[in-house]
Amino acid sequence: MTDTIIETAVTNPPVAFTREKIGWTAWLKPLPEAEFTERHYEALVDKARAQSSYFALLVRDPNILEARTKTDNDIFYNTKDGLPRAERELAATAASRLNGCILCASVHSRFASQYSKREDDVQKLLDEGVSADLGERWNAIVAASVALSATPPAFGADHVKALRNAGLSDEEISDVIHGAAFFNWANRLMLSIGEPTPAA
Amino acid sequence: MPDTKDVIDHLLGTVPGLTADGLRSRRPVTRENAQKSWDALFAPGDTSQVTLAERFAVAAFVAAVHDDQTIAGFYTDKLDGVENGSALRSTVEALGELAATKGPYGQYPDGPLTPENQEGPTLVIPEADRAVLGDRLSAALRHAHLLVFHPRDANPAALQQLLSSGWSTTGVVTLSQLVSFLAFQIRVVAGLKVLAAA
Repeated sequence: MTDTIIETAVTNPPVAFTREKIGWTAWLKPLPEAEFTERHYEALVDKARAQSSYFALLVRDPNILEARTKTDNDIFYNTKDGLPRAERELAATAASRLNGCILCASVHSRFASQYSKREDDVQKLLDEGVSADLGERWNAIVAASVALSATPPAFGADHVKALRNAGLSDEEISDVIHGAAFFNWANRLMLSIGEPTPAA
Repeated sequence: MPDTKDVIDHLLGTVPGLTADGLRSRRPVTRENAQKSWDALFAPGDTSQVTLAERFAVAAFVAAVHDDQTIAGFYTDKLDGVENGSALRSTVEALGELAATKGPYGQYPDGPLTPENQEGPTLVIPEADRAVLGDRLSAALRHAHLLVFHPRDANPAALQQLLSSGWSTTGVVTLSQLVSFLAFQIRVVAGLKVLAAA
């Protein structure tokens, strides 16, 4: 049996970067919840994700989804030390803005705004792009995230120097590296197996 | 079974006590799950949807087009070691050189982002190479090139090409995860190497 794609016809799709809540629809058939086993629920990590077409599609390969999700959660939520959550989200937003993932950028720019309370600067990054002037520390984080996201990566000693000059410890710089690197994983999945839909 | 204890450490050339090792050891959950991700993709229990040769051929190609010789060599050696892998080696290496460019580029939906559209190449695999690779792997390398360099150009037609070349929906999920995971792994290694040396 040959599988088929899902023909989507999204009307009024998001065409600009936004901090609004937008949706997403899959181009391949998610696993129907009736076919879920315990292993599938376990792989979602958060069972509520069975309702998300993105995760219900990815759960078709449960082992990589589970490991991916636990990597993601540790890089972004494990904030007992290291870089503040807001700046991890800034790294994610910068990578997403460069790669062009409107959906990823919407989610993580909301988090960056929420945790930093710097809505105007986050919006400036979305509106003006990755060269927006956001002050020394954020400029250094964005520039490093963008350089690392280039293919081939263009992250170099100058980026480390700028981050150190802006006050980041090496532990915090490692968190920037992981946040930006992870979004090069997340952006490619989100962009390639479905598309954004307008706010509900 | 994986034969390398921790692949990112191996690629970093980490010696305990060096800075990159110290930076990784403070995030044990990230380290453990990056390795579990590698195991899921490259030491899978189920190869019915994507063969080991396909996994390592795509990985060798992805690392090569990132212009990372160490990581490309690691995956090429792995490719050599799996069933039907060594016959693919020289073709995958040659395509990796042919296909290398700079990303990300691509198109946005019509609207305010249109001025940011950037043209760039789509991988065209020469007929002789397609004969070596077969339809499935040729389609996979084309898709890998799209995901690596211009992911915002992805569309349903690209997935249809994979399905028409013999890929299942589950196989496409695994392939997409594999290419995307490598984009992460290569950047963690590149980033930590720079940081440790700076």
